[in-house]
Amino acid sequence: MPAHKLCIAVLAVLGLASVTRAQEQGPYGIGRSATPAEIAGWNIDIGGDGENLPPGSGSVSHGRMVFDQQCAACHGAKGEGGVGDKLVGGQGTLATTNPVKTVGSYWPYASTLFDYIRRAMPQNAPQSLSNEDVYAVSAYILNMNGLLPADATLHAKRLSRINMPNRNTFVGDPRPDVP
Amino acid sequence: MTEPTDVDNDLGLPSRRRFLREGSALLGGAVMAGGLAGSEALAASDNADNLPPNVPEWMKAPGDPMGSQLYGTPSPFEKGVIKNIPDNLPQYLSASGRTPLQDLDGIITPNGLFYERHHGGVPTIDPAQHRLMLHGLVDRPLIFTMDDIRRFPSESHIYFLECSGNPNYKKPYGKTASDLVGLLSCAEWTGVSLKVVLQEAGLQPGAKWIVAEGADAAAMTRSIPIEKCLEDAMLAYSQNGERLRPQQGYPLRLLLPGFEGNMSVKWLRRLRVAAEPTYSREETSKYTDLMPNGSVREFTFYMEAKSIITRPSGGQRLSTPGFHEISGIAWSGHGKVKRVDVSVDDGKSWQEAQLQEPVLTRALTRFRLPWQWDGKPAVIQSRATDVTGYVQPTLAELLAVRGDNYYYHNNAIWPWRIAANGEVSNASA
Repeated sequence: MPAHKLCIAVLAVLGLASVTRAQEQGPYGIGRSATPAEIAGWNIDIGGDGENLPPGSGSVSHGRMVFDQQCAACHGAKGEGGVGDKLVGGQGTLATTNPVKTVGSYWPYASTLFDYIRRAMPQNAPQSLSNEDVYAVSAYILNMNGLLPADATLHAKRLSRINMPNRNTFVGDPRPDVP
Repeated sequence: MTEPTDVDNDLGLPSRRRFLREGSALLGGAVMAGGLAGSEALAASDNADNLPPNVPEWMKAPGDPMGSQLYGTPSPFEKGVIKNIPDNLPQYLSASGRTPLQDLDGIITPNGLFYERHHGGVPTIDPAQHRLMLHGLVDRPLIFTMDDIRRFPSESHIYFLECSGNPNYKKPYGKTASDLVGLLSCAEWTGVSLKVVLQEAGLQPGAKWIVAEGADAAAMTRSIPIEKCLEDAMLAYSQNGERLRPQQGYPLRLLLPGFEGNMSVKWLRRLRVAAEPTYSREETSKYTDLMPNGSVREFTFYMEAKSIITRPSGGQRLSTPGFHEISGIAWSGHGKVKRVDVSVDDGKSWQEAQLQEPVLTRALTRFRLPWQWDGKPAVIQSRATDVTGYVQPTLAELLAVRGDNYYYHNNAIWPWRIAANGEVSNASA
């Protein structure tokens, strides 16, 4: 192979190598790859459309038991609130002088219940409930708000389909609105 | 309105701290200084042996030796300058603590007095075991150690941070500047541009939002528009020269200049690049604003232009008629403060205040106006205008549009009333 062709071949190989490296590394080559298992373990985000909801299910009746044990001390036996937020009621009050913001009256997405309970509740032991328990207690809170029948079992598909009463009142930011 | 217990603004509740403060104001406490009540008015408690023509006792013996304090603390005579935290909250894991704005000078908040808002307590994180995961719509999902983060090119900027519930719209309104807008602080932040870190992973087409998550017990989560992430967002690891305090997100926090404080997620452990916001609890059931017609504003990110006079301000007392400098702070999430006007006649006329240079983008700006107090009752107030031409509104103007079910983003003018005896109080209370 003539020297100049060899040279081109070597450059081509080097060029290919640098392209491959560019795909494997960013400009500074800092950090290491995150594996799918690592990402799956940490990515607990549930989208408004229910994206990333895990397998499993939970019933309203089981949710009542979980709620009584894990939630009622702060949120009240019937979700009426206490140290923790009121969770039930308030529908139809948002445009009044005494709006009552609860899951049933205010939250636009039911799937956010699963997301928030799993990541942050109960406050003294977050991320301690099983996915089944999170589905169940979500089901019970929805049931107390009249958004799920008492004999229902909640799973990813059903939770994603629940139409929250306040879903369509959310608007973007129009500011500056004053003066 | 049924008040949620997990709120940003705890001020409807009485405060032992405030009680102490008011008590000390009446007595002319050590916190007061200069032309405010205290310095000479306290003659009864002074030791004449330390006053001219005598030599003060602290000159007659050596002071504390080197090494008496390995991490310095303020003079014991400043022990009243502490965070403003109500003492009867239903719980303290999701709560807020305020900066004593009326006791501070300049624009930089000391780290120990920086305001706090936590949603699940303050975690104690070993930086050696902390990781930042960056994944989603990126070419290369990555995990960074804190050593990795500190290897990136660094930058430092002075930015304010303000809680969006600072204060809310309903009475009772606070008595001091801290009560009113103490969920506000300003620091020099050092870290790496988020844009640099995102380039390291490579953004994919369709990347519109980044969902940030904290490593606290609330796994605090907010969605941030990609434009902000590529504009001036930082991953900060230091504040005013030292590593972040645990209360400010040690070892790593997001810093979104000019955006409502809760979005600058602390104890940052994960960034997920996405096409859609995640609609977390904090951006749907909290940090949204209820309008009088029942509609709800969401993704209201910017903190609009605002100012407050911190001296003289509520709880303080002018010791004597005569010269007093009016001084305060102004800021805008949209950029620099362009001007601040001050009125000393209940809003009838306004004078342009001096702005302390340098005026920085999305930082506090100190303003000052020399003033001769004639000893008669007066109402003083400040009004900020930012580079966009936006003018800080009155509370009445805000209420007329938003109503008082609205909770966040109250950037109203707060007038102070000065009584004939020099006592300063909230004129809106």
